[in-house]
Amino acid sequence: MAKLNLNREPMAKQDPGTRGKNFDEVALGYSGEQAVAEAGRCIQCPKQPCIDGCPVGIDIPGFVKAVVDDDMPEAVRILKDKNSLPGICGRVCPQEVQCEQVCTLAKKEAPIAIGRLERYVADWEIAHPEAINREEQRVSSNGRRVAVVGSGPAGLTCAADLAKMGYGVVMFEALHVAGGVLVYGIPEFRLPKSIVQGEVDYVESLGVELRLNHVIGKIATVDELLRDGFDAVFLAPGAGAPMFLDIPGENLGGVYSANEFLTRTNLMKAYLFPEYDTPIQVGKRVAVFGAGNVAMDASRCALRLGAEEVYIIYRRSQTEMPARLEERENAEEEGVIFRLLTNPSRLIGDEQGLVKAMELYEMELGEPDASGRRRPIRRPDTEFVMEIDTAIPALGTRPNPIIPSTTEGLELTRWGTIVTDEETGMTSKERVWCGGDMATGAATVISAMGAARRAAISIDGFLKDGG
Amino acid sequence: MFRIISRETLATKVHLFDIEAPAVARKALAGQFIVIRIDERGERIPLTIADWDDRKGTVTIVFMEVGATTARLASLQAGDSIADFVGPLGIPAHVEKFGTVVCVAGGVGAAPIAPIARALKEKGNRILSILGARSKDLLFWEDRLRSVSERLIVTTDDGSYGRKGVVTEPLKELLESGEKVDRVVAIGPSIMMKFCAQTTKPYGVKTIVSLNAIMVDGTGMCGCCRVSVGGQTRFSCVDGPDFDGHEVDWDLLLARQRIYCDEEKCALEHWQARTGKGALTEA
Repeated sequence: MAKLNLNREPMAKQDPGTRGKNFDEVALGYSGEQAVAEAGRCIQCPKQPCIDGCPVGIDIPGFVKAVVDDDMPEAVRILKDKNSLPGICGRVCPQEVQCEQVCTLAKKEAPIAIGRLERYVADWEIAHPEAINREEQRVSSNGRRVAVVGSGPAGLTCAADLAKMGYGVVMFEALHVAGGVLVYGIPEFRLPKSIVQGEVDYVESLGVELRLNHVIGKIATVDELLRDGFDAVFLAPGAGAPMFLDIPGENLGGVYSANEFLTRTNLMKAYLFPEYDTPIQVGKRVAVFGAGNVAMDASRCALRLGAEEVYIIYRRSQTEMPARLEERENAEEEGVIFRLLTNPSRLIGDEQGLVKAMELYEMELGEPDASGRRRPIRRPDTEFVMEIDTAIPALGTRPNPIIPSTTEGLELTRWGTIVTDEETGMTSKERVWCGGDMATGAATVISAMGAARRAAISIDGFLKDGG
Repeated sequence: MFRIISRETLATKVHLFDIEAPAVARKALAGQFIVIRIDERGERIPLTIADWDDRKGTVTIVFMEVGATTARLASLQAGDSIADFVGPLGIPAHVEKFGTVVCVAGGVGAAPIAPIARALKEKGNRILSILGARSKDLLFWEDRLRSVSERLIVTTDDGSYGRKGVVTEPLKELLESGEKVDRVVAIGPSIMMKFCAQTTKPYGVKTIVSLNAIMVDGTGMCGCCRVSVGGQTRFSCVDGPDFDGHEVDWDLLLARQRIYCDEEKCALEHWQARTGKGALTEA
């Protein structure tokens, strides 16, 4: 057996001191030499556990080998066969708990950097648009039409898959740009908007018709789509409605849901105010409540918008934090301060109704709860007050009510998500499928894409079967 | 892109645009709103639908120049286009036969209340209307409201037209007169709706208001437009915009509407400097 190379190729990042003041991408990607060196470490093991570790089943050893062979068009082809959005997944997938976790070399603590290689291949394609012949990819139409509601990760994936099978796909987006959470939520410095736009352009190049500014449930209901010539509807509107703290003061000025804070910053480009019209207010001291990836994104945006001190306030400890390690480290390097085992009890306003302080108390961890994580318990008499100018609850989202409230016959869970068969994406309503956060509650980009892929296969099966 | 088919100035700094948006026009109902974004640099703002024409495929919006976005909008001409026009959003006004409904409009509130009054009238309600403004040059659509109302009382703060005073005075008199009022709909500046709700509360008359909270997406995603109604946090965009005026925490709404006053001024000055446009256009 050849000697294993356990030196994982590092990826360059912008220096923390510099990047904390700009919105440019933090991670800089591999050079060609780095990519070949990293791909060359893959031992092409016969069991190929990485493929099973990928929610969309990419032929990972195949594309990695193509990188080693310097056959980039082939690497692109293999990636895109299973994943229409590799530039996005290469950046935001939690590879450490998916493909890379099960990599044979993970046993030696040096898994192949699959995510970085995926990103490298995707970025190569964007830089070499002439290398792939789009026209050849067009499949002749089978005459059937499918409406896709939402253009986030699930919508884009389902639309692309169905278009590749010959369906006429119309993708409806409520906002003025496609991409959903990829454009309003994930910041430019983690996922450049040009990358998302590139992937959207690709999906459109497959023949998908994109209709922006269309709020389904308002401009047309799901039933109207079915009546007006669509053979099936795939619902992927996301779980957009933000949750608040349910404590006094949550509606003071200066209290933004993470969704609002990120939407103003990313989608509306408030960081360029007044060149762009949308304002945002970020004071000197900012508190972000929660410790998921969204909380990391919000805290890092706050720093870049000029905050002097940014705190992550989290009621559990480091071990229970839901954010990816990489994002946590990036936030820490940039200067975000973590106040763990701490929870807010109220927000205090000034006479103008703007937040000026928060009251916090300390927590300790008890027995594991239903989520398997140790339950945080309030420690009595530990209240203290900290002055802040901006508060950002990043506590997760609930399903948006617009589609459930305007669609007849959709069965809902008690959390308001749409009851969906996990294997097929079918809902309780005939000809209606669902995927992404609206089906599962808030989850990852790639799990939404996996669900969308399964739904596309199910829709195809149903319609081919005479449906 | 959404084309401006025609425009008209209704009162000082108050403009009407007919916008080509056939799919929105087909579905619009009284009480709903749209969100617009003028161009790539623009912010998203909500505007209540003032009218629509399914045949022509147009939606009518009426707005007052108060900040950067509305000033920029006012600088556009018929034939120009705006980038985004999303709707119809929000829950339509509750329209059924209540009996006698008093419609109270303050200032630009005349625009959104007109289709609601018309729809209520079509359902067989008896409509009594009160239309108020600071002065005569800010009044518009007196004729529209009169055409659906059994009686219309017009007030101006300065007495330059109609009765001198504010809308709550005739409203209180109506309630005092022994007239059986089944419902009040009040639309206008928040402070005016707050006082209308205060006026009707002792009489126990259900009073519906249309809240004009600041929004970003307008579809329930950001929570910027949250208001406290009956002690509960609600989103104006998907739970409203209509709410029971007696349950609204008005001081909170007013405070949240003031959040961006400084930025509004800054954005307006920046736009004026960038484009060389002067002060707000006069009527």
